[in-house]
Amino acid sequence: MTAPPAISVHNLIKRFEDVVAVNGISLDIAAGSCVGLLGPNGAGKTTTVEILEGIQAPTSGEVRVLGHRWETDAAAIRERIGLALQQTQFYDRLTVKETVELFRSFYPRGLSVEDAIRQVQLQEKAKTYVMKLSGGQKQRLAVAVALVADPELLFLDEPTTGLDPQSRRSLWDVIDALRGKGRTVLLTTHYMEEAAQLCDRIVIVDRGRVVADGTVQELIRSIGGEQCIEVATSPALTDDQLRAQVPGVARLTRRGSVAALTVQELHVAVPAVVAAAQAAGATLQQLSTRQSTLDDVFLALTGHSLREDEA
Amino acid sequence: MSAPLPAHPPRRLHPLWQLTLMRSRALWREPSVLFWTFLFPLLTSVALGVAFRTQKLQAVEVAVAEGPAAQATVEKLNRDPALHAVVAPLAEARERLRRGKVALVVVPGDGPELVVDPTQPEGRTARLLVHDALERAAGRTDTLTFRTAEVTQPGSRYIDFLIPGLLGMGMMMSGAWGVGWSIVDMRTSKLLKRLVATPMKRSHFLLSFIFSRVILTMLEVLFFIGYARLLFGVRVFGSYLAFVACALVCSLSFAGLAILVTSRARNIQTAGGLMNLMTLPMMFLSGVFFSSTYFPEWTQPVIKALPLTAALDGLRGIMLDGASLLSLGPQLLVMALWGVIPFALALKIFRWS
Repeated sequence: MTAPPAISVHNLIKRFEDVVAVNGISLDIAAGSCVGLLGPNGAGKTTTVEILEGIQAPTSGEVRVLGHRWETDAAAIRERIGLALQQTQFYDRLTVKETVELFRSFYPRGLSVEDAIRQVQLQEKAKTYVMKLSGGQKQRLAVAVALVADPELLFLDEPTTGLDPQSRRSLWDVIDALRGKGRTVLLTTHYMEEAAQLCDRIVIVDRGRVVADGTVQELIRSIGGEQCIEVATSPALTDDQLRAQVPGVARLTRRGSVAALTVQELHVAVPAVVAAAQAAGATLQQLSTRQSTLDDVFLALTGHSLREDEA
Repeated sequence: MSAPLPAHPPRRLHPLWQLTLMRSRALWREPSVLFWTFLFPLLTSVALGVAFRTQKLQAVEVAVAEGPAAQATVEKLNRDPALHAVVAPLAEARERLRRGKVALVVVPGDGPELVVDPTQPEGRTARLLVHDALERAAGRTDTLTFRTAEVTQPGSRYIDFLIPGLLGMGMMMSGAWGVGWSIVDMRTSKLLKRLVATPMKRSHFLLSFIFSRVILTMLEVLFFIGYARLLFGVRVFGSYLAFVACALVCSLSFAGLAILVTSRARNIQTAGGLMNLMTLPMMFLSGVFFSSTYFPEWTQPVIKALPLTAALDGLRGIMLDGASLLSLGPQLLVMALWGVIPFALALKIFRWS
């Protein structure tokens, strides 16, 4: 390791009156990497990020951002970081350009206003009032405001939450383009596909703790299988029937009437599932296979789904 | 896109100026702000100016109780254009007196009886007029002949009293809502949080509210002076400069107060309540629509210490009495204290996120 880490957190704890939001997170983030903080709502992602951004103070723990400490070097850090909060509402009756200009004026150095707007592809909306922007355009404006200081370190807190798939993809393109420029990016999300798409490294947090840390492949491998079979039959096969007749099941979970089996070898497991259904005299209603996802990882590690609302 | 950027890109404005510009644009582009700041006082003064316009007094209404001499009495009374008499049964006449429809009831006779409500100012006038009319009709000869010259001076009408009152109230309202409300709005929308995550100086942020208030105040004062002059012929007897200066102190005083009132409020509902708590009592006590001297003696020291009272005394002093700034020292001091102390306090306790 030559360069010091962009972010270094040791045993970070944040307590509110009766809740422990962050419960001992330790994390080093190398300069130039794109790291995703993945977890369900209320996992402590935003609190962690806001402590790193200097917006909240930790209850205890050591935090270094770009080698500096907030207690002593707040001004120096602020000039070198950029951030997009979870849903900032800018002034409705300011134009995109005026908004970026305002934020640009706070920084001693940075991009030109036009350049920042160009990077998020809002040129055509430069003279549009913020109130007339779509949700996706507003989020892109938030990213432009984050970029205008030309920051070494960029925080994006749930940049695509609440956006339609198309807006989300267009914002992913913007973020993807930043990765090539040697910037360090820390983004939080509760969309696993977003983390998988954008991040070199994923840190899964749940209930204020880090539960897993690695690349997507490492994480999926860690749960014992890269393939997932989803099957629904009528009548439904019991867990015991499936475990007894299908070889190599690393994990078995259910979502509604669908059973999900994590396995290593599809060519062995799929025929066995079909045979099990026949043996039980059941009709197959659904049989599909897919790659295991981060959601499977999350479920395996925490016992609950990333998407609580959909579980 | 990778072209080298100039070290100091052109057209970059100082952050304080940018923030002030943001505030001013946000206000200027908000139709409701324009309505409340400019149109509302204009409409209010037109409505009240028409309702209370100085006009010749109406004839005093008098009822004459039914009886043999009733019709003759009515004729005698109606010879005086200041009286308007009608005949009515005694019971009905008394009922009209009770409801304030007539100021006095005459029961004719050798010694006519005058029934009057001593708490009604009209009653006293009516008694004098009726007395006079009946005496003259009975053959009294006057020893003196009076000539009456009628004058109505600008500066003494209700509208002259009202215009500075509305201006002071406008300053208070735009201070409270334009500053206080915006702060809470920025806090709830997280814009405040986003701003303090930049290297922005917090003092710049708060100063920008003061600066944008100064700009808007100038426009408000000019607008008031202009329409009051054009529509109602209201004049500023003192110096314009002193008037604008007094309005500025007033406006800044309320801006400082509003920043304190909303320095911790987390949501619009709380802020709205606090704003009303701040503005409503002053709106009634400080004499916007009628003189605050109507309130009992013991309340006067409290009323005098309110910033709006000081502001209105100052504005009216300059506008109506031609007072100099120097002579308004106490009023300016009261306003300044209400601005500076809350602002300093707000800096200490302001909730930034």
